[in-house]
This record gives sequence, C-alpha cells and structure tokens, in this order.
Amino acid sequence: MNQFSVPLSRRGFLGAAGAVGGAMALAACGGQSKPPTAAGPTGSAAGSAYNGPKVTLAFWNGFTGADGDYAKKMVNQFNSETPNIHVNMNVFQWADLFQKMPAAVTSGNGPDIGAMHIDDIPTQAAQRVIVPIDSVANNLKLKESDFAPAVWQGGMYKNARYGIPLDVHCLGLFYNKDLFDKAGLDAEKPPTTKDEYMAALDKLKSKNIQGSWVSPFQFTGGLMFQSLLWQFGGDLYSSDVTKATWDSDAGVSALTWMVDLVKQGYSPKNVGQDADYIALKNAKNAMNWQGIWQVNEVTKLTTTHIGIAALPKIGTKGGVWGNSHQFVLPRSQGNDNSKVEAAAYFVSWFIKHGADWAKSGKVPADNNLAKSQAFTSITGLKPFADEVPDVHFPPSVAGINDATAKMYDAVNAAVLGKADPASALHTAAKQASQVLSDNSKKYG
Amino acid sequence: MTTSTVVRATPRVSRRAGRVRRSGPATPYLFLAPYGVLFVGFILLPAIYGLWISLHDYDYLLPHQPWVGLRNYTDLFKSGSRDGADFWRSIRATVIFTVFSVPLLVTIPLGIAMLLNRKFPGRTFFRAVFFTPYVLGVAVVGVLFRFLLDPTIGLLNFYLGKLGLPDQTPWTTQVPWAWVGLVGMTVWWTLGFNAIIYLAGLQEISPELYEAAEVDGATAWQKFRNVTLPGLRPVLLFVMTLTILASANMFGQSWLVTKGAPDNATRTAIFYISQVGLQQYRQGVAAAMSYVVAIILICVSLLMFRLFRQRDV
Repeated sequence: MNQFSVPLSRRGFLGAAGAVGGAMALAACGGQSKPPTAAGPTGSAAGSAYNGPKVTLAFWNGFTGADGDYAKKMVNQFNSETPNIHVNMNVFQWADLFQKMPAAVTSGNGPDIGAMHIDDIPTQAAQRVIVPIDSVANNLKLKESDFAPAVWQGGMYKNARYGIPLDVHCLGLFYNKDLFDKAGLDAEKPPTTKDEYMAALDKLKSKNIQGSWVSPFQFTGGLMFQSLLWQFGGDLYSSDVTKATWDSDAGVSALTWMVDLVKQGYSPKNVGQDADYIALKNAKNAMNWQGIWQVNEVTKLTTTHIGIAALPKIGTKGGVWGNSHQFVLPRSQGNDNSKVEAAAYFVSWFIKHGADWAKSGKVPADNNLAKSQAFTSITGLKPFADEVPDVHFPPSVAGINDATAKMYDAVNAAVLGKADPASALHTAAKQASQVLSDNSKKYG
Repeated sequence: MTTSTVVRATPRVSRRAGRVRRSGPATPYLFLAPYGVLFVGFILLPAIYGLWISLHDYDYLLPHQPWVGLRNYTDLFKSGSRDGADFWRSIRATVIFTVFSVPLLVTIPLGIAMLLNRKFPGRTFFRAVFFTPYVLGVAVVGVLFRFLLDPTIGLLNFYLGKLGLPDQTPWTTQVPWAWVGLVGMTVWWTLGFNAIIYLAGLQEISPELYEAAEVDGATAWQKFRNVTLPGLRPVLLFVMTLTILASANMFGQSWLVTKGAPDNATRTAIFYISQVGLQQYRQGVAAAMSYVVAIILICVSLLMFRLFRQRDV
C-alpha cells in the first residue's frame, strides 16, 4: 500500500510491473487442493459444557468501536471463569476481516471463533470459510419464535445453521439538545413525523443551523436511504432476490427527499466521511441518523448533550435499517476436536451473557431479552428496543454485498449532485440485478 | 560518467596465474542466486500463476474454478459488461493522478535536493524534516489528511475561512478539488524519498565540473542546465520511472481520503482491482485487469527509456 514499497532496480522494473498481476496471484495462493472438512462441533456436549484439556482459542471480529472494549471485558471475564479455555481476541475493520479470514482459514491459520453480519454469513458459508453449527443452536435451545424472522433466517444457509444470533443493531435519531434549545425547540420532544421534522429544520435554519447533514457515504447516508426506502413502502430486492428494486417510486422518493435536504440548505453540500456525526458532537449538526453502536460515545460527552430517539417516520410507515451480529465457527484444518468443543462452549457462554453485551450499544437478538427490564433500563438504548418491529435486515444471499454496494454508489452520486436520484438508482439497480444473476450462477 | 566507479573497482591481481582462483564461471550467477530465488519465487511464478488465474472464473475459496479462456479480458473491452466501464473509468482516474503527481514529484524534490546539497547550518536537520513524512504509513497519512481536508469540518477550510478565502472547497468529495487534495498529500508524503535519491545523484557530480564552468563564467542557470542536469540524467530516469510506477499504483490515499467519491471518480485502478479481487472474490477478473494494467505500465516504461536514450545520441 505504501507508495514506494517495491524496491526497484532499473533492470528489474519490468518484473515489478508484472508483480502487479503477481500480487493477485499471491493473494490467491493457498491450499485449494485440501479437501473440504465441513465439520462443526459434533460431540454430545456441543457448547453446554467443556471438560477437555487446556486450549487457547482465537476470536476474530470487527468490533472497532466502543463495543470492542465491551467484548474484551467479557472475554476477560470468560477467561477468568474458565481456566481451561483461554480466548485471545483480535479486532479488525470489517472489510479487512473478510479479506483476512478466508485466506487464514484456507491456509490453516484461521481463528477458532468469529463474529459476522447476517449478510456476510451466506457468502462465507458458500465459500466454506465457516462450518454448520446446528448442534450448538440445539444445545442453546434457540427457538425461532424468539427472534425476528430475518435474524433467525440470516444465520441459515441451505437449511443448515451457520450463525448464532448475538445482537441486533439499527439506526436511530441522534440529536443535539443544545442546538434544540438554541432554536427554541423542545429538547425532550424530538420530531417523530415528517411535518415535525421539517418544522424543526426550519426553526434551526432561522438560527443559521443546518439541521440534518446528509452523508453521501454508506455510513450513514446509505443506511439512511435504506430506512427511508422502507418507510416509503419500497424494498431493496424482489422477494426472491433476483432483482434490485430500489429504483422503484419509493426509492426515488426516498433519495429525492435526502437530496432535497441538501438543496434546501438543511444540510451542507459535500459532507465528508463521518463529518455528519462529528458535526453532531461539535454542535454544528442538529440531527443525525446514526447507528446504535455510537450510543456509548455520545452519552459520555461532556461538551454537549446528545439525545437519542427512534427514527422519525418520513414516509408512510415505520422503517429502520438494521443488521445482526452472529457468532460463527471458522473451518479448522486440524483434527483438534477439543478446540471446536471449547469454541462452542465460549459461544454459548457469550449468548447467555447477552444482557451484558447489550451494554456495548446493541439490542439483544433474543426478543424476550430485548423486552426485558434489564435491557430497556440501559441509558440511551430504549428507543432502539421500541424500533425493533420496524427494523429491516439485508437479505441473506451469497454475494449480496456485491449488489448492495451499487446502491451505495447511487446514493453517493445523487447526494453529491453527480446524477439525479432516479437515474442514479436506475443505473445502479440494473447493474446490481446483473450481479445477482452472476452470483446465483457462481454460488448456486 | 557512471563508468568511473567500474574502472576503479577492477582488481589488479586477477591476471596473475597460479594463485587461488578468485572467480569461476559460476561466480556471477551464485552472487545473483539469492535475488534470483526471490525473483522467481515471489514475482515470476506468481505472475505466471496469475496469468493462469485470469483465464478462469476464479474464486480461491470455491471447489471449482471454471475455465473461461480469454473472456475475462474480452469482457473488459465489451460495452455493457459488468466491469468494462468501471475498469476503464478507474484507469482514467489513475492516469489523471499520474499526470498531475509525476511532474510535481520529479521537479519539487529536485529543487529541494539542490537546496539541501548546499552547505548551511542545520542542513542535516532539514534533510530529516523533508524525509520524515515518507516514514509514515499510508494509513496514518490517509486519516490525517481526511480530517485536514474535510470540506465541512476540516482544518484547511477552517483556516482558509479565517483568512477570508472560500471555506467550502470540497477537497475530498468533488473533482477536481479531490485531485488537488490527493496529489498534494502524496507530494507532501513522498517527496522526501525522491529528494534523497536526487541528493545522492548530486553528490556524485564532480565539483571540478562546477569549478570549470565558473572559470568559463557560467551563470547559475547555465551551471544547472549544462552540468547538473546532464550529470543527473541516469538518476532522473530512475526517479521518473519509479514515480510513474508508484503513482500508477496509487490506492491507499483514495481508499482512505475520498472512498472514491464523488461517484467513483477518484477510484483508481488498483482500488477497483482490489474491490473485485478481495471483496467480491472474483480473482479471475481481477487478475485479468492486473495484466492489462501491467501491460500499460510496461509500455509507458519502455517509452520512458526510449525517450531518454534518444537524447543521449
């Protein structure tokens, strides 16, 4: 990645030019000749207890926010409670995790436990990076009725369970109470409808405050668009996930509404990565459609006061972007069954401590836990529990993120004024539908 | 000019017979062997393997890699194919970046090297100052400049506003400003490396040549034109070639600072190839695109050598 990382002699440069291609080849090196060992935990215990020899487990995830600290705390607690198992946790950027983990698993250096989103699980299952863990689910006595259908289905691939649902994380309305006060708005009554939202924006505008910054990037403009799409009655994909449908009237209305916020001066033009959220914390932006994972950070702020509420209803019905973290067990090359059993026990232990995990800024995946007093009493999290019935999840289809990326491109182009919403969405949907058909051929 | 070192290094003893043989026919090859092993193992074989990959619908994680022949290549030239338009747009972005960054990265470091080649107090300190940014990794520089250049909350626009200048310039989210930002940060980051190479080249030029020029009454410009530049020619070719290749491989800066915005206008070729190969798990197409990029770079480099050679005549 470094600009001059290839030391070059004058004679060797041709070879180095070839290395551009070679880099891809290197990335592709690996033990593809090894037979698939798609074996999950099979022992009768499968997570309910661990009586094997002392083992050390590697746990990889992408909890890069404040949630990483919580995960670490829980891992430490697990390690002290369970002398025979030592878990080492490694945190990566999610995007890096999905480059590293498959390569590591293929070469036999993969972790023993992983966490993933439901839209990653089918891709990784199809590529045999992770193994089925039905037995762990059975031992945990997970019941379909305890979970949102998408969360339950999201851990499945081809009728086998690969993911144990850990949490639900979704979008909420983060607003700056100090700016609300300044504009004469009731800081305890954030807007809940389109009319209230626009009225609040006008009041803020009269005090020279641009009240709702629109990010052109996935975080959080792309997530805002998806929420609006569902609010206007649309959906990302056709029900059989063969066609992208975000260029429907609902999609165009949703994106047009976002772009109009910019055009009418409620948002600055050209908002950079994360600038919407940073400006909220700097008391420059009044309202931000932001992820639950930031709750711990904003509640700790002393320089300004941030309120958290459920997303306002801009369209005709409730709609909130959400996703779910699930535990997975990466395929192991060795025959060390005690490691697999230990990993299953760790996963079970973590799930049983779901209420603690919620404190990291998550809604528990288990509906009963999400409704419990233990959860709703956590500062800042109650609005998210109320939203749960409106949360929509990405579909669990192998390679789906290749298609969804096109939608983020469209949001970027439209919000930055490079294309009008309808044509940006249409172009992206057409490309995404092609990707879907390619992927269904590839992953079968 | 470069031959002077070779003359000096020729050993006088080698012709005497009857002594321990200091060199055999295999000697040069043995000395080359360590590099040869690395070259074959990490460049040649992977490159050939990459060619093989590019002929398949390749995902190293799947059990079957269907043979597709040249389709990964021909698709790139077909309108309406999945990657064609995006790929050539990313090549265009790479060309724009290279065309604007290379002249700056070839000339500014030369000026700095000439300044740093003079004798003045604190010279070593300034040499370190100019080289220091290069030590930083792209991740550090990228995050740093993302916040310096941010259009709404960035430090640069903040201070421009304080000076009464426009304070809304979208340095990371609109072209052409994003290119100004990306080229600017790259120049700041990497000029130290080129300056050091130039400095080494300048120190190779014999002071007698400057003295002779002065005796002939040459002005400073004439000395630069007739002594410094010719003396630096091999170094110049090296720096040019290296900078073009490095700029053509630009990835980290736009990945971190612009994320390709707006509308993927700053998504470079390597950026796109990495998305296809490592995020979409389509290594076959990615390898094919890498080969197209490699062929373009080979052509550009050959052109460079030809240009410099013709001037020699």
